Formats: sequence, C-alpha cells, structure tokens
Amino acid sequence: MWEYTDKVKEAFLKPQNVGEIPDADAVGEVGSIVCGDALKLFLKIDKASGKITDAKFQTFGCASAIASSSALTELVKDKTLDEALEISNIDIADYLGGLPDQKMHCSVMGREALEAAIAQYRGQPVRQKEEGRLVCKCFDVTGEKIRKVAVENHLTTVDEITNFTKAGGGCGECRPDIEAILSDLWSVSRVHETPAGPRKLTNLQKIALIQEIIETQVRPSLQADNGDIELIDIEGDKVIVALRGMCTGCLMSDVTIKGIQAKLRELVSAAITVETR
Amino acid sequence: MQTIYLDNNATTRTDPDVLAEMLPYLADLYGNPSSMHTFGGQLHKKIEEARAKLADLLKADPSEIIFTSCGTESDNTAIMNALETHPRKRHIITTRVEHPAVLNFSQHLGRKGYRITYLPVNDAGRLDMEMLTRSLDDDTALVTIMFANNETGVVFPIDEIAGLLEGRGILFHTDAVQAVGKLPIDLNTLKVDMLSLSGHKLHAPKGIGALYVRRGGRFYPYIIGGHQEMSRRAGTENVASIIGLGKAAALARGFLTEEAAAVSRLRDRLEAGLLGSCPDVRINGDTKNRLPNTTNISFEYVEGEAILLRLNEYQICASSGSACTSGSLEPSHVLRAMGVPYTAVHGSIRFSLSRFTTGEEIDRVLQVMPGIIRELRQLSPFGRGSLTL
Repeated sequence: MWEYTDKVKEAFLKPQNVGEIPDADAVGEVGSIVCGDALKLFLKIDKASGKITDAKFQTFGCASAIASSSALTELVKDKTLDEALEISNIDIADYLGGLPDQKMHCSVMGREALEAAIAQYRGQPVRQKEEGRLVCKCFDVTGEKIRKVAVENHLTTVDEITNFTKAGGGCGECRPDIEAILSDLWSVSRVHETPAGPRKLTNLQKIALIQEIIETQVRPSLQADNGDIELIDIEGDKVIVALRGMCTGCLMSDVTIKGIQAKLRELVSAAITVETR
Repeated sequence: MQTIYLDNNATTRTDPDVLAEMLPYLADLYGNPSSMHTFGGQLHKKIEEARAKLADLLKADPSEIIFTSCGTESDNTAIMNALETHPRKRHIITTRVEHPAVLNFSQHLGRKGYRITYLPVNDAGRLDMEMLTRSLDDDTALVTIMFANNETGVVFPIDEIAGLLEGRGILFHTDAVQAVGKLPIDLNTLKVDMLSLSGHKLHAPKGIGALYVRRGGRFYPYIIGGHQEMSRRAGTENVASIIGLGKAAALARGFLTEEAAAVSRLRDRLEAGLLGSCPDVRINGDTKNRLPNTTNISFEYVEGEAILLRLNEYQICASSGSACTSGSLEPSHVLRAMGVPYTAVHGSIRFSLSRFTTGEEIDRVLQVMPGIIRELRQLSPFGRGSLTL
C-alpha cells in the first residue's frame, strides 16, 4: 500500500476543479489510457491581464494522479501564464505534502499538461514525441524528456528516472540507455570531483568481480552456442578457465579467450591475462 | 464500521479454531520435536497428526507431504528438484500466467542457461494445450502449470495435462496454492508428481506451506541441513503453524462438501449485481472453469488503484491488476497474456470471497460500487462520448 499524505488523500477523495471548460482558451492533454494515466487540463485565460481565471481537469489514473491534477488546477489559478510556467513538478508534489518516490511521475504529468496547454494558447508548436529519440518504448519516453526531468529534479540514478518518468519501468530493456544518458548528463560536473581510472580492488573483490562477469556476461553467450565455461582459478592477474561443451576443440576458442580477456581488462584491470588449462 | 474482506486470494483470516489449536505450542509447549526428552519429542507426534490431516484433504499418503515455509518455497523446491534429479535435461515448460514464485524463478533459470517455454493462454485464460504437446521433447525435465489462477480464478485442466505426460519421464508439478481448500483434489487419481500449497490461503497462518511429492520418485532437497522432514527439508519445524495447517486442512474438508456452493452463489450474486448496476463492465476469464470464490471484473475508463482507495473508505478490501498497484509500472501479466485491452486491465478489480463472507457484505459492496464508478468516470477524460484513444 502506498504511503499517501493526508493532503493527497483529501485531494483524491474530494478533488477540486473537476470537469471540462466547454469554451476553454487552452487545453493540454498528456498521457494515454494505455500507459495507465492521462490528464486533460482546461484553462480559461483573461486576454487583457494574461491571467488564468479558471482551470479544470479530467484525469484517468491512480489516487496520486488525481490529487496532482487537483493540486495543479489550484496552483495555476490567478497566475499569469509566465508565472504559471514557473510551477514545477516539485511545487505540485510539495502542495500535496509530498508524493511517494514511485509516484513522482504523476506530478511530472501535471507539469507537462500545463506546458502543453500554454504552448497551445500561445500558438507554439506542441512538442512532438518524434522530436527526441524514443528511449523507453513501453511508456513512450524520449531522451529529451529524461534529460529535462533529470536536470529539473537532480536525478542521478535509473530508478529515480523510472519514478519520475516511468521510463525503464516496463520491459527494462532501455535501462542501459538511461544509464548512458545520465552519465553523459552528469559527467561534466563529476569529472572534477572524482578522477577517472579503474577503482583499486582488493584481491577478494577482484575475484568476486571476475566470477560475476564470467557468470553473467560470458557464460550466457557461450551457452547460447551450446558451449560453456568454467572458472578454474585466479592467480594474481592470471585467470585460468576451461571451455566446455561445443567450445571444446572449437577452432574459434582462441578468439573466444581473447574476447573474454578484453572484457575483463576493460571491466576489472588492464593487467588481466586469460589462459586455458 | 466493520471491515469487509474480499481479498481472500491474497490471504485469509486465520480460522479461530485453527488459532486455538496452535496457541499451546506458541506458549507452554515450546519444545523442539527433534529432542530426546519427552517435553520436545512429544511434539513429533503432533506434527505427524497434522501431516495425516493434510494428506487426507488431498487423498495422499502422509509420507508424501513435506512441510515448508510458504508456497513460494514449495514452488522453488519442486522446480529445483526436477532439475537436480534430471541433470542432463535443460528444458522447463510453464505458462505465461503463473504466480511470480514460478514465473520469476523460471526467468532466473532462463538466465542461467535453461530453456524455458512459456505457454500462452487465450482470451478466456484457457491454456494452449496443443502448444504444450508440441513443446514436449527429450530435453524436458519438468512441466509446471498452476492449478488455478490467483488473479482470475481460472482452473487449468490439470487432469488432462497429467494424462498427456504420463509415462514420458517428465515430471509434472502444479502450483495449487489457490486451489487447495477451494476445489476437491484427489491425488489418488490425479497423476501429478508434485503439488505446492500454502497455509494462509486456507485459513491457516502465514509462514507455513507444504509440498506434495509422489512416492517412488527421487527427491533432492532445496534447503539442506538437519534431518527434519526425513531430510527433505532441513530446519527446525514451525510446530505451531504445522499444527494449524493440519487443523485448517480438516476444516477445509468440511467446507468443500458444504459451503463451497454457498460461496459460489454469493460470488455470482456480486458479479450479476455489478454487471447490472455499472455500465461498461466485463468479467475477465473463463467463467465455466473457475474457482468458486473469485471474480475478476474490469471497469472501463477508470483506474484500479483509484477504485480500491475509494472502496477502502468503506473498509472494503479487494485488489487490482492495474499498473499503479503492481509495485512495478506494468499492469497484470495475467490479464495481458489473455489479451485483455489495456483500458480494461487498468480498471480490473478482483474480489475473492471466503467461507466467512456474508450476504450483507455483498449487499454493501453492491450498494457503494455504482457510485464509486460513476464518480471516477466523471473525473475521467475517457468513456462514452469523449473517447480519445
């Protein structure tokens, strides 16, 4: 069960500003029924003052999606469009006394609906999905959105990105891509903090790491070709293995061993050598 | 306000008679059944009595029952047993709609290099039997197929599958966690090699399960250590819970003959009432082959977590296959395997009854549900007239 604050519960059970504005000046629509949540935001805007005089919403989604929508409509009222655009997803979450980590994407959806509505009103092109490269195919999330949300909310891990955008929360195939986006995004500021270079490992850590790499990265691909590998021993930087199954006597076995050596040199230490028994 | 508990496929109330039987063993009679002294050793007899009661419910021999800590442990043990006793075979057949205890363990084995076949189901949740037949080969160590589905209640033709596998040297395991205590099971005639069950799904407490292993086959333990359970499952016995499971099994025998039909009638009344009072509703799964206590209903255009939390305001407990309740961001793998449209998956609600469910409780649900659905649909941008898919 989610730990919702009393404010979230209240906004869910008695949401404010529910419904449509038939003669709305701006409409912002985000999400889809397939993804599990969708929000349609209606704004009434006074042309003279540029202020939002009324806001209503329709939301398909869980308690926090409905509560975030209610909070959003409360927050934007009586604000000019520029003031409204200052409202971040964090402001929406704060208004509700916070959201569970895994539900932060609900506040992001609110912010997106607001952007979409104001862009429509101003006649700006509504940002198309195709504009950025699609990273998460399960939830239709582009790299551009991941970068934007990461910067706005100071997100550094893939799990945080999933909580805020849902990206990576489906099949999980794009998690390495998200990782790459994050390291790309934050590397500039990090280079100065920690010097690059392989971490110094103790012998035990090194043995464990080599075992893990062989078990998770080498073995499955050999087994896919009906081969197999056994780790015999590790003496200092010398890794001794035995090839099994179809690998035994395979003409390509030297190449296989070189490949394993390259992988271990990259991931463990440049001094590693791999030999067969 | 009284809690209306309609989430019995998640867990059940410990029957007061079960609890009463257990209490002495949580207090004064705290001995270890393996001890030489009478104080501990006398408990061994109580464990064997419980084993006999559970065997009785399943029409099995007491020697075929191994007590475990839960359904998941039973499932993991069964699968590993098949692989350990057939080390040359590297193929497992299961289904796409299994409980995570089997599904995630199979995926884990897949990553370890085993070949796993996941059988599909049709839109009613029925198994593709033809594909099962086609998937069997000399490399197949195990077929593991659930007895009844926890989300939809759909019952698989375990008897027919057992017949198909007989004499082929392939072990057959069924996860019967949802079926035991709800459906009659006769292991004299039903030729499964292994069957998993869990205490807390049949009014025993949490933390106790069992694995049935047919006599005559080899068995390789999963938890290795002491000699308990005839060296088939090490670890000091959970004495009080084993005694509780024995009592629960004895009570379940009575339930199967007398009360199962009454629960089924209440379920049907709930279902018919909801279909009659809420538009755009569908029942998920094969209603002809179904557990007597389960219904899985989709309310289109509204999201399941929102429904559950509105029900929670009335202290009505149910569950949902929606993404927001799954802990991941993906909605129910069972309903998706059945090809239920996403619109309906997100709005799916499971009600699961028990012998403690009353007609008044069903009436109360029927009274509040239409209002909840109407209000949430008013909030929703989707639905009749405004459907923008």
